[in-house]
Amino acid sequence: MNQRDIVLKINGAEHPIQVQPRRTLVDAIRDDCGLTGTHIGCEHGACGACTVLVDGVPVRSCLMFAVQAEGCEIRTVEGLACAGQLNPLQQSFIEHHALQCGFCTPGFLMLATGLLEQNRAISDEELLDALSSNLCRCTGYQNILDAVKAVRNALAADQTA
Amino acid sequence: MNMRESQNMTHTVAVARSEGPSKASVIGRSVTRLEDGPLVRGDGSFAADINFAYQIHMRVVRSQIAHGRIIKIDIDEALAQPGVIAVWTHADVAEVPPIPFRATTLKGLEPYCQHILARDRVRYVGEPIAVIFATDPYLAEDASDLVWPEIEPLPVLLDAFEEPGEFAPGLSTEPAVIRKGYGDVDAAFAGAHAIVELDLAIGRHSGVPLECRGAVARYDAGRDVLEMHGAAKKSHWNRDEMAKMLGRSPSGFHLYEGHVGGGFGVRGELYPEDVLVCLAALRLRRPIKWIEDRREHLIATNHSRQQRHLIKAAIDAEGHLLAIHDEFFHDQGAYVRTHGPRVADMAAGLLLGPYRVPAYRALGHYRLTNKTGCGTYRSPGRYETTFVRERLMDAIAKRIGVDPVTLRRRNLIKSSEMPYARPLDALGVDVILDSGDYAGLLDKTLMRVNWDQLNTNLAARRAEGELVGVGLAMFVEKSGLGPSDGVRLTVDVTGSIQLVTGAASVGQGMETVLAQICAEELGVKYSVIRVLHGRTDLIEFGNGAHASRVTVMSGSATQIAAQKIRRKALEAGAIILKIPVDELELVEGHVRQLSHPQGPSVSLGDIAKDLHPSSRTLAGREPGLSAEGWFFSEHMNYPYGIHVAQVNIDKGTGEVKVERYLVAYDVGLAVNPMLIKGQLVGGLAQGLGGALYEEFTYDQEGQPLSTTLADYLMVTAQEMPQVDVMITEDAPSPLNPLGMKGAGEGGTNGVGAAVAAAVDNALNAPGFVTRLPIKPMTIHRHLRETKYKVVPHA
Amino acid sequence: MKSCSFQYHQPKTVQQAVEILADVCVDEGRILAGGQTLIPAMAMRLARPTHLVDINRISELALLAVASDHLSIGACVRHAAFHEPVVDGPLGRLLSVVVRHIAHLPIRMRGTFCGSLANADAASEWCLVAATLNATINLRSIRGERSLPVNEFFLGFMSTALEPDELLVATHLPLLPEGTHFGFEEYSRRSGDFAQAMSLVSFELRNGLMLKVRIGVGAVEGAARRLPQAEAVLESQIPSLECFARAAEAAAQTVEPSEPSDEEQQYKRELVRTVVLRALQKAVKTA
Repeated sequence: MNQRDIVLKINGAEHPIQVQPRRTLVDAIRDDCGLTGTHIGCEHGACGACTVLVDGVPVRSCLMFAVQAEGCEIRTVEGLACAGQLNPLQQSFIEHHALQCGFCTPGFLMLATGLLEQNRAISDEELLDALSSNLCRCTGYQNILDAVKAVRNALAADQTA
Repeated sequence: MNMRESQNMTHTVAVARSEGPSKASVIGRSVTRLEDGPLVRGDGSFAADINFAYQIHMRVVRSQIAHGRIIKIDIDEALAQPGVIAVWTHADVAEVPPIPFRATTLKGLEPYCQHILARDRVRYVGEPIAVIFATDPYLAEDASDLVWPEIEPLPVLLDAFEEPGEFAPGLSTEPAVIRKGYGDVDAAFAGAHAIVELDLAIGRHSGVPLECRGAVARYDAGRDVLEMHGAAKKSHWNRDEMAKMLGRSPSGFHLYEGHVGGGFGVRGELYPEDVLVCLAALRLRRPIKWIEDRREHLIATNHSRQQRHLIKAAIDAEGHLLAIHDEFFHDQGAYVRTHGPRVADMAAGLLLGPYRVPAYRALGHYRLTNKTGCGTYRSPGRYETTFVRERLMDAIAKRIGVDPVTLRRRNLIKSSEMPYARPLDALGVDVILDSGDYAGLLDKTLMRVNWDQLNTNLAARRAEGELVGVGLAMFVEKSGLGPSDGVRLTVDVTGSIQLVTGAASVGQGMETVLAQICAEELGVKYSVIRVLHGRTDLIEFGNGAHASRVTVMSGSATQIAAQKIRRKALEAGAIILKIPVDELELVEGHVRQLSHPQGPSVSLGDIAKDLHPSSRTLAGREPGLSAEGWFFSEHMNYPYGIHVAQVNIDKGTGEVKVERYLVAYDVGLAVNPMLIKGQLVGGLAQGLGGALYEEFTYDQEGQPLSTTLADYLMVTAQEMPQVDVMITEDAPSPLNPLGMKGAGEGGTNGVGAAVAAAVDNALNAPGFVTRLPIKPMTIHRHLRETKYKVVPHA
Repeated sequence: MKSCSFQYHQPKTVQQAVEILADVCVDEGRILAGGQTLIPAMAMRLARPTHLVDINRISELALLAVASDHLSIGACVRHAAFHEPVVDGPLGRLLSVVVRHIAHLPIRMRGTFCGSLANADAASEWCLVAATLNATINLRSIRGERSLPVNEFFLGFMSTALEPDELLVATHLPLLPEGTHFGFEEYSRRSGDFAQAMSLVSFELRNGLMLKVRIGVGAVEGAARRLPQAEAVLESQIPSLECFARAAEAAAQTVEPSEPSDEEQQYKRELVRTVVLRALQKAVKTA
């Protein structure tokens, strides 16, 4: 029934799957590749819970079809921890109480990862602007901003060290 | 021994606050959360993450008409679609009774409950009329497009203020009128120096968590157990009621709460879809998975808040309240849902806030309209009535010619009057304000924001042409709703501790808080405590998470259970170490001699071994290092707070920007300040939404217009003001051993009121804001009418 | 909110794309570029294309090139490309100012300039830019190529001259002369939301007089457009707050918002006044 064989490369691993063209990237990541850390909040691109990195760039995986992502390097929240160790951003979220229910958290983590990788010296203003891309209904955002800023500051300190 | 005794309460609680370890307390510390590890890794188990082999997917077909008579529903084409296994309409589920509501003293509400699939009428756009079961959610949605309902439209009723219409032949759309009051209101009005009257409204909005609803049901025929995963909030009640509806014994039916993406009151109530997935699991003998989409969520999950109040106050020459009379119209939507009339009940019972009111009458019209059904949403009945009451206080201040702060001070209940019994009840419980120093918090607040200087600064900015202003709102919250909570605590042979509670998590960090309380008693690291919750199969009784109850109820139960374990451990330790029990202490998970901290000790794990049923040293004692703790409360307790909002209005557009905000809130005892602050700031964001951005609107035919997150606007990081949070512990509750009060709703309660007052102040138009959400267009029209010019920026 | 089924095509060249489009357009075949507007519409089942022609793999469409007098923007150039000025001079800066107002960062990573034009949403910032700066739109089908000036391309509310079998392959934006002043002002409830009203203005300043004044307004009527009556107020005038206010007033009077009530109509006009005035004030500061 109009199925295609594609291979999605997620967090460095290849996932050969069979999908209809209409299957969204987020559904393919979650249900065909079994990586349920990426969440669906709205399916119309308004909330950012489904944010992943595609070729280094944050995108809303509900606004791409899986067939479009073949050949791309996809990174999801499951790829952040290294050898079981939480990465600095994940640690910072915990330290700053930047999550409550945790549903929006993977989206924010991937968005912040993309931002900091693009520009580790991102200004407060740009950070606020970029982080207002995603919705959180629990925290009121302050702690999320603090958590990301702390990592940015640490990266900046590294630079100068 | 410290004793905390309640004063003159019906149910006296006198529990020893243990000496505890002399080391640094874990209670009161902002420790990081136990919950976070899996969540930041993406290892959460939200409803949509749950999958069972051979599961099929449920899709609800919903009415696209707001009110109509169902002639027929043609499902043949849908049934013929690939992947479709079954399609049901009401006839297929006719034996299932409508969804019940929780106990209320009001009679006659039963006919107004909702069937799980519409029977002869549809009453709101979004009402489930059929349900599709298919092998794939995409196919299920395809098939749902091919269900053809024939519905004869009926007149639509959209305003609870209008005269009630017909719900069904012989039943009006006003199921009840709530009456509360005391004192001689009429005499007070007759003899008043002045009467202040207002007509105020709060717009329809709701919790809208980021995770939509979902449920996955599975029937284990081998054990004759029905399971529903994706539960939240009120698992035991939901399980018990669904068991009745489906004709099953509760012991063969269990609900499982995994991770929950926010509750706010709206998730975890019993909805048609929950019953449908469970019924389908039983009948179709396959796991059934249902995940709501966002469009469905915005039209089918409980709405809230919509009320209109005609309030008047009788006052004396100094602005003291002599009486308040409030007639209000509560828009309940199409059906009486699981809360029954509770929100309206709380509005009527809790409107008076922190003020002394000699006479009071509330008349609450509980009315149905052809819109989505309603329930509780964070600070229910209080967000609304704080807006109403504080607008009233501001109007009285204006009438008397006194500033709003002074006017409030004159009417505040004094801390020396605590506990202060209002001759009222709310949620079936007498309103007895247990403790509170309202004037004290007001002093602290004014000092914190440097009130006089702030006003001077804002006046200077106004002189330069900015439309800036500040507003303040005072309120009393409620928390710790009982009647009870129980906790079971077990220490295993490795020294790990398992805590099972009938409370629930909606993401608020309750596991950590309970672990902190437990750790405090047992002198262990809080991280060795595993908290299990929301599982009807693990604990028989529970009251879930709502009404800011968990810290108070489960927290107190935890303390009680932990103290029992402590005693058991010390007694066992006395036998093992051969030292009298009163010479022993429990520190860092070890029992040791007070006078010889370096001497012999025995770990909790080893004590558990010693008490193991097969242990040779058991010697007839009760096996297991475990205990149950129960905490009962017939009364709620009453945290209180003050909000201060500073706004800046754009003259060219009418847009309100909140520049700064203070949440001042007394919690009695702060177990984890960081988590409390998180609740307050998160609550503020939602309160701002209701004040300025969020509204569910409908067209004249009852078609919902706020059906995506591009229409229903929630606050982003950009809209958040600079927030200051001041948590105080001035008025511990005498009703529980630790003196705790709940913080879940204190950030939301006063926002509508504070922002309204600030907008009035900025516009120099006292009484301007009479309706939430405040709309830029309304402000801009006011500016034009009062001839503000668009002063170009320099 | 899952899309309806469709056949998926991934042409490698423009020729392939238009050939497929010619076949499938009769059957509601659509072009998939950024997808940031189309995919949500499909999720809501408001759009139900039975074929999607994905042009994202066509490398020639990703070209962004500066010619002598214009900037050529290929169909697959993403919004994000404009975050930094893509060409020296006022046009590059103008585009980098406007782009910040488009939705949010992740959307800008996928959405395309030309896709916005083909979609012709009244609140599209690029449509306002194209209308104000007199863009030229290049279309191609199996029947050949054609170029349309922007005022022949936008026909009204979400409607363009694009034939069902045509692909919008590129937009040409005339370069702005060095020294051109520009200003952009958008009012939306939250940043990134659809505009309630927006204005793009530009003018050259010679001997202290404003020349070649352009005042464009969007999100207020069915399609963004220039307002000649407002422009006339400023042409050959010395910039001043007073004449800006008159131009803004003229703009407010000229537009014909289609709002359901008188009050909303009036409010829209007021917003036009505000955004035009602020855009002009900003323009005076840039150089």
